[in-house]
Amino acid sequence: MAPLLQSSQPWVEKYRPKQVKDVAHQDEVVRVLTNTLETTNCPHMLFYGPPGTGKTTTALAIAHQLFGPELYKSRVLELNASDDRGINVVRTKIKSFAAVAVGSGQRQGGYPCPPYKIIILDEADSMTEDAQNALRRTMETYSKVTRFFFICNYISRIIEPLASRCAKFRFKPLSEEIMTTRILHICNEEGLNLDAEALSTLSSISQGDLRRAITYLQSAARLFGSSISSKDLISVSGVVPQEVVEAFLIACKSGDFDLANKEVNNVIAEGYPVSQMLSQLLEVVVEADDISDEQKARICKKLGEADKCLVDGADEYLQLLDVAGNTMRALCNMPQEFSYEC
Amino acid sequence: MLWVDKYRPKTLDNITAHQHIAQNLKKLVTEQDCPHLLFYGPPGSGKKTLIMALLRQMFGPTAEKVKVENKTWKVDAGSRTLDIELTTLSSTNHVELNPSDAGFQDRYIVQEIIKEMAKNRPIDTKGKKGFKVLVLNEVDKLSREAQHSLRRTMEKYSAYCRLILCCNSSSKVTEAIRSRCLNVRINAPTEEEIVKVLELIGKKEGLQLPSGFAALIAEKSNRSLRRAILSFETCRVQQYPFTSKQVISSMDWEEYVAEIASDIMKEQSPKRLFQVRGKLYELLVNCIPPEIILKRLLYELLKKLDAELKHEVCHWAAYYEHRMRLGQKAIFHIEAFVAKFMSIYKSFLIATFG
Ligand SMILES: Nc1ncnc2c1ncn2[C@@H]1O[C@H](COP(=O)(O)OP(=O)(O)OP(=O)(O)O)[C@@H](O)[C@H]1O
Ligand SMILES: Nc1ncnc2c1ncn2[C@@H]1O[C@H](COP(=O)(O)OP(=O)(O)OP(=O)(O)O)[C@@H](O)[C@H]1O
Ligand SMILES: [Mg+2]
Ligand SMILES: [Mg+2]
Repeated sequence: MAPLLQSSQPWVEKYRPKQVKDVAHQDEVVRVLTNTLETTNCPHMLFYGPPGTGKTTTALAIAHQLFGPELYKSRVLELNASDDRGINVVRTKIKSFAAVAVGSGQRQGGYPCPPYKIIILDEADSMTEDAQNALRRTMETYSKVTRFFFICNYISRIIEPLASRCAKFRFKPLSEEIMTTRILHICNEEGLNLDAEALSTLSSISQGDLRRAITYLQSAARLFGSSISSKDLISVSGVVPQEVVEAFLIACKSGDFDLANKEVNNVIAEGYPVSQMLSQLLEVVVEADDISDEQKARICKKLGEADKCLVDGADEYLQLLDVAGNTMRALCNMPQEFSYEC
Repeated sequence: MLWVDKYRPKTLDNITAHQHIAQNLKKLVTEQDCPHLLFYGPPGSGKKTLIMALLRQMFGPTAEKVKVENKTWKVDAGSRTLDIELTTLSSTNHVELNPSDAGFQDRYIVQEIIKEMAKNRPIDTKGKKGFKVLVLNEVDKLSREAQHSLRRTMEKYSAYCRLILCCNSSSKVTEAIRSRCLNVRINAPTEEEIVKVLELIGKKEGLQLPSGFAALIAEKSNRSLRRAILSFETCRVQQYPFTSKQVISSMDWEEYVAEIASDIMKEQSPKRLFQVRGKLYELLVNCIPPEIILKRLLYELLKKLDAELKHEVCHWAAYYEHRMRLGQKAIFHIEAFVAKFMSIYKSFLIATFG
């Protein structure tokens, strides 16, 4: 066994597009930025959308394509949540970066090199409101010589005055079709074999997140060799097996609380993520023919509440148990209200 | 050395439980481009053991030569400088730490210390550029901010730094982090697997096990390997040769919670609530985590309740545990649960028996 000494990048990085035109599925922003490459005109930008849809990729690609490797360091400042971005940093770091003058806009080494600097604020939704407010002034003061790229998952966490200064682009979850194309491309490069079923499974379990799809693909390739089946992909994806979800519902239908409790204990001991369990429950319940609309409503309402509690950090066992109790009451038409509460 | 440490398997090939996962992990690191890993699963299921064996697989026996360092880091937090104390375990190629130990300052650990570690590429003795692994424990306890701070670091330095994250509850790890890792679920071993581990330890210690004895311990372990091995060792101290009727004692604090449960079943009054408060404090000052107390209390109560009450009581347990997360002082919320229980139980008694 040779110890690992050097390493190459994981596939997600290896297959990160280097050019804006290679970013898949985000046509609008690609069109605008392709235009920028020709005219060098660029507004402030705000990219938002779910994980793994190409936001960081796009911002880095345009910055590289505008300035090339030589000027990149002096013209592009990338600040992300791994940097402290409190008010002080915004005031000092960004200012000192923005304040150094840039030369006139001359093409250099085949790159457009427009006469401004780019500041990429990745994961901007984790900046405090105070820090964002401090940025307003900075943006205005240096608006001639800087362009800001804000990137975030949740646009609602960006304060309005910042958002309204930017051209906004929503990054959509990748469609199954596009996902398939990208995956097939990687399979070709890596010499992998996926049948149609496996391909469609991979697209559906990754839910529009290409990074996730690539990670699953690489893991499955390492574990199961170059021929990968749909089952292999499910086993690396952390999806809860359908039998487990079914068993849970059957226990709830039985009306026997101890049985339901046992299933809940089993889910926890097997280590299935409860948040995942909730979303799969939702799917099954919504599609079930033998559950009335009223029952569905009762169940789903609780699923939403429990999900919120989990996000707040509540205990997985207790939340799932509460969901189990509620589902049982709905399915067995027991009263919604508790009898002894006062 | 305690048996849990003494008999912790050291290599992926020597592992008793989770053999299948171990073999998979071995395949995963055959190439040098494996993704970041997130290990999750219930306490005592064997996550740490697998991670350590995996490191050994990657780096050979040097991975076991760890030194413990207690260092105070000076971190520049804008207007002031913070001193953050941190214990790390490290070998030539890996560093293990527990960033959530810094409490509300965990963000600085991720932003300053972890990033620094990820950035610096190790150079091995032959002058070749090295490869490094950071093991971060209890990532589910990291604040949101700290988790956000980890995202870009995971991408930026991934050419030579891999993260191995470890936690109990992956629901508490943000989507963005999960999306950056291969998620490895470590389920609690089955009772049969636990029996196998216990029998192996018994053999190595040269002990005679009456038939069914290991199974009895496994059954009481709630599928936690650690717990099973600990109580096996306790049994050994208490009485040897073993008999199949030997009592597998539960832990002191569990007995204590059982007492609280019968206290509140017997009497529902402000006076009793006051007495129970004292007992709850006793548990808390002994560092039993509040949610564990609440869950155990629920477990004891469920044993004694009528079916129709179970729904209601479980609901309130979940409700007050959630509140406890949002609040500051755990005692308030556990006590609120006890009071709620008393009130429900009392009206139930009145309705049933007049
Ligand atoms: N639209 C896309 N076209 C091509 N590849 C993509 C696209 N979106 C994601 N990828 C792949 O997924 C990886 C992650 O993408 P990226 O870092 O851009 O995601 P992100 O939108 O910034 O996500 P997050 O919100 O989690 O930071 C890339 O390295 C690339 O391999
Ligand atoms: N695969 C295994 N085969 C045999 N024994 C094991 C195995 N995994 C773990 N053990 C034993 O169980 C004990 C507990 O395991 P470990 O410390 O790995 O649990 P953990 O999952 O990290 O728990 P926690 O989440 O509570 O930290 C170990 O000390 C070891 O003795
Ligand atoms: Mg990103
Ligand atoms: Mg551990």
